[in-house]
This record gives sequence, structure tokens and C-alpha cells, in this order.
Amino acid sequence: MGKVFYKLISSYLFSPTNAVTFDTIKNHTMANTQEQQDIVVQVRRDILRMVHKVNSGHPGGSLGCTEFFVALYHEIMDIKNGFDMDGKNEDLFFLSNGHISPVFYSVLARKGYFPVEELNTFRLINSRLQGHPTTHEGLPGGRVASGSLGQGMSVAIGAALAKKLNGDNHLVFSLHGDGELQEGQNWEAIMYAAGNNVDNLIATIDLNGQQIDGATKDVLPLGDVAEKFRVFGWDVLEIDNGNDLTQVITGLTEAKGRTGKGKPVCIVMTTMMGNGVDFMMHTHAWHGKAPSDEQLETALAQNPETLGDY
Amino acid sequence: MTKYIDQGKQDTRSGFGAGMTELGRTNPNVVALCADLVGSLKIQTFIDENPERFFQVGIAEANMMGIAAGLTIGGKIPFTGTFANFSTGRVYDQIRQSIAYSDKNVKICASHAGITLGEDGATHQILEDIGLMKMLPGMTVINPCDFNQTKAATLAIAEHHGPVYLRFGRPKVANFTPVDQKFEIGKALLLNEGTDVTIIATGHLVWQSLIAAENLENQGISAEVINIHTIKPLDDKAILDSVKKTGCVVTAEEHNFLGGLGESVSRVLASHHPTPQEFVATQDTFGESGTPDQLMDKYGLNNKAIESAVLKVLKRK
Repeated sequence: MGKVFYKLISSYLFSPTNAVTFDTIKNHTMANTQEQQDIVVQVRRDILRMVHKVNSGHPGGSLGCTEFFVALYHEIMDIKNGFDMDGKNEDLFFLSNGHISPVFYSVLARKGYFPVEELNTFRLINSRLQGHPTTHEGLPGGRVASGSLGQGMSVAIGAALAKKLNGDNHLVFSLHGDGELQEGQNWEAIMYAAGNNVDNLIATIDLNGQQIDGATKDVLPLGDVAEKFRVFGWDVLEIDNGNDLTQVITGLTEAKGRTGKGKPVCIVMTTMMGNGVDFMMHTHAWHGKAPSDEQLETALAQNPETLGDY
Repeated sequence: MTKYIDQGKQDTRSGFGAGMTELGRTNPNVVALCADLVGSLKIQTFIDENPERFFQVGIAEANMMGIAAGLTIGGKIPFTGTFANFSTGRVYDQIRQSIAYSDKNVKICASHAGITLGEDGATHQILEDIGLMKMLPGMTVINPCDFNQTKAATLAIAEHHGPVYLRFGRPKVANFTPVDQKFEIGKALLLNEGTDVTIIATGHLVWQSLIAAENLENQGISAEVINIHTIKPLDDKAILDSVKKTGCVVTAEEHNFLGGLGESVSRVLASHHPTPQEFVATQDTFGESGTPDQLMDKYGLNNKAIESAVLKVLKRK
């Protein structure tokens, strides 16, 4: 079963990306929404099964960002056939909050970067699918290690600067947790990007309001994240519901339209940690905890198989 | 005793600057980043000639390391520049995750290493950086001895794929390496052949070792002098070949004896050829303010200290 779907997804990988304008998207999503929604549900199943198998990993943030990843890889980014580290003449993505590796790995596999069967090896010894993403084991799709928080924006800026030096008009996308903004390096990077007109960068903040020890407002309040980016000199837009695929695609498309105008672009995207599994929502409890056998069964029942399990 | 001529005292950081100037003219992929220390790093000519390939990041070293990692994606060869203290300890985790573990081709170029930074004092005088960097898997660690060798090393690391830590200093010191000597990463240089003791030195202590060897010769002691400019990967063979002949060794470095060149040499000897060894290095201490010469004298990092260590180790043979 898995092999069949790997082929199917591989062929999908090589179809041209056609999301270029806001108008195109409106028409396009009518045709593709169901197909992409099916991927979302399948990715949720992948996430749940991956963390359940090894009784570890981070399902909450992964589920909260599933729509974002599917939108990015199946609609928004202009990606080349195959993978090479330099990533010239294609859009790039950097995951800064590396602990949500389950959603990253599932979407990469479903996109065709590596066989979906390999999701079976998540967090196991001798696997390319390390607990947090790495380039060290040669897994296609990732371009930097992440997990120690706060470093991804700097790396994304560097990649964006390299694109400018190379005369490459493609974009660099990045994703950051909201709690991650407590790391000071982010603010060095935020200041740098605005001060140096890194306008080929779209950094998305996953505003789920949760971190390991509790709600961000209780652990260390972030204040108004969008306003903070604005006063640092970024062009900021907000996605009210980051778990509505159409809203995410619309927001990312709008963000693309704002690049090349002298300012880095920030999307503050409100999401629900644990989205799609009722008992994992409205709490930080599932930040870094795997479901039991019964919990997995309940969670999977809420997300019926679409493309086929790996 | 092989004679070495000081071609005129210069700072090793200026050797780095000269190397960057040449790389700017010869290698279009080389880019430079600096955290508000352009004057100290001597890279103004590179910047003037290649403004589009220079990134001033401000006083934000963590961000600089991340941006450097990102610049490699797309084929650039980034050289970061700041003091050794801010190139290593301050940004260890950024180097560890975004550069070393991510196999990024970043050259971390660190000036004002060691105690010879002088009057600024211990907050700026790092004596632990070799240890920090050599412990990172995949990291190459280089500490050249003079202007010419630092320039040659700067050119060589651009041709080497992988993360490199290049360490150099502030004071003007003897410049005696031949101007056209090619720099081979990981290849020790035998500066003087001897039979009684091996002196293995790195960085500013290499010239001091040559002075010591000359003084020892006058006392009838034949000292072999090896310049280990690359601490990792270490030239095990050069060390073992020499020590098998002389039977004792003194290591000399401007660094803490914990984690430095001396310990790397000890590891090789303990595994292959246990040998009496003395360490010319700082003794698990911070530095302090003073002139470079005063500090090298007070902390036992000069030719006199090397001579004493030789006399001591000879008794242990």
C-alpha cells in the first residue's frame, strides 16, 4: 500500500506549482482543497503513529502546523525536482522549532523527498529521521540541524542573502515557535533582517500560546508579537486561524506578494496545538508526549485514513 | 641549529587581513562577516574591494554564526570575524548545531586569542578556545605562528571543505615563515632537528621555542622544534617520529593546559609511545591586564619557561 502511494505522491511532486497570485489561489483552491485536505488528515495520522511507536516526540506543535506545512509544500513553494543542499533556483524552507520534526518528516515523505515507509524509523537507532532534524544523516529535504531553539531565523537570513548574491529571485521561508521567541538570538536576527532589507524572507511565527511548562503568557509573556515585528521594521500579516487550510494558503500567498519591497515579511499565525485530535487541543500537555494505545486509537478514529498509512 | 630570520615584526591578524584581501580578488565565493570589529580584524581592504560580499552584523555574534551557516547554502564560503572569545564560548551552541553538526563550510576566524590580547584583561583573553573547538566533531583547528603563516592558512582554509576554526592574535611578533611557504592543513613543520628533546609548539610560542632551542644549544642540549599549526587533525606521525628519537617532549601554547595542544599530544603519546612530557601553558587560570610581554612572562609562556620545562623533562627521561 505504502509503495503505491509513494509513487502517487512522487508524481504530485513534479507537478508545476501554480500559486502565484491571490486570484489564482481563489480559483485553484476550489479544485485542490479536497486533495490537500486529504494530505492534511494523512499527515496527522503519520504524526500520531510516529510518536506513538517510539513513545516520544512532539505531537502537539506538529498537529498545530500541519496545514501550514501542507500549504507550503503542496501549494506555495516553488521546489525543484529532487534535492540538493545548495537549493539554487528554488524556494527554501527552514524549520527553526525542530522539535516538530514529525510533521516536517511526514510532509517531506508525502511530497516525495524520501519513501514514506521510512517514517517507520523515526527516532530509532541508525535512522535518518533523528528526534530533531539534522543534515548529518543525509536525509533529503533538510538543510540545517535544528532543535536547540532560536537559531533558524539567522540561518534563513544567510540563505536569503546567498540568494541575493546569486541573483536568484526565489524565496526563503522559515517557521518559528512562539515560545522560541524567548531566545535572544531571534531578536538579533529580526533586527538584522529589517536593517538590511532582507526582503526575500518570509518568517512565520506559530502562535499557539503554549510551551513545555505551560501557557506562554504564564511562562514568559510574549506581548504583542505582531507589533514587536512591526516596530523592528518588518512587514507583518496575521493569519487568524492557522488550521484553516484556505486561510493559510491565502495568507502565504499574500506574504509572497509582499516580498521584494524592501522589508522582510512576517506571518503571525494563530494555531491550535494538537489540532485535529480533540483531547490534545486547548492544552500544553501534548507538547512532548506520545499517546497511549487507546489514545492513539481514538485520535486515529477522528482522522480516517485518506492516502494510506505508511 | 637552523637559522630563522625575523623579516620584521607583524601581527598575525594582519596576516589574516592580507589573506582575505587576496581571497577577495581570487575566489568569488568567499564572503566575510564581522561583528563590529572590522579594524581589529584588518579586513578593511576586503570590504573596500568587495562591498557586496561583506556583511556587518553588528554586536550580535550568535546571529553572525547562523547567517554564516545559511550563506553556505547557495555555495558561499563565509569567513566570520571577531575576537576569539566571542568566536567560541559566546556562540558555542550556534557553532555546534548550525555549523558543525550541520556540516557547514564556515570559517570561524578569531583574532585576539590568548593572553597577549593584553590590557583589556581576562574578560577578553580566552585561553579555552582551542579546547572548545577541538571537541566539536568535524571541526578543523588551526593556530598559525606568524604573519606569513596566518596569511597562508587563510588561503588554505578557503580550499578546504568543512568548518574551520582559525586562531590568531593581536601583538606584533617575529615573522619568519618563508613568504611563499604553502600551508598544508594537518601537516606539522619540523623547524629544527635535534636529538635530546622535542619541543612541540603552536602559535606565538613557536618563535619562543626557536629562541629556547638556540639557548639550549649553547648549553649543549639538542632540541628538535616542531611547529604544530594544525591542532586538529593532529599530525600524529610527526610527533611520534620525533619523540621516538628524543624520548621526551615539551609542548608550548598560549592556552590553558587543560584542553589545549599539550593534551592532544599526550593522547597520542599515551596511546602509542608513553613519554615524559612537560606543559608550557597557562595553569587553569584566567588572565589579567598587562602588556603582552609582561603577561607572557608572568604566566610562563615564553622562551625562558620553555627552557625550564626542557631541563625538567630531561631529568625524567
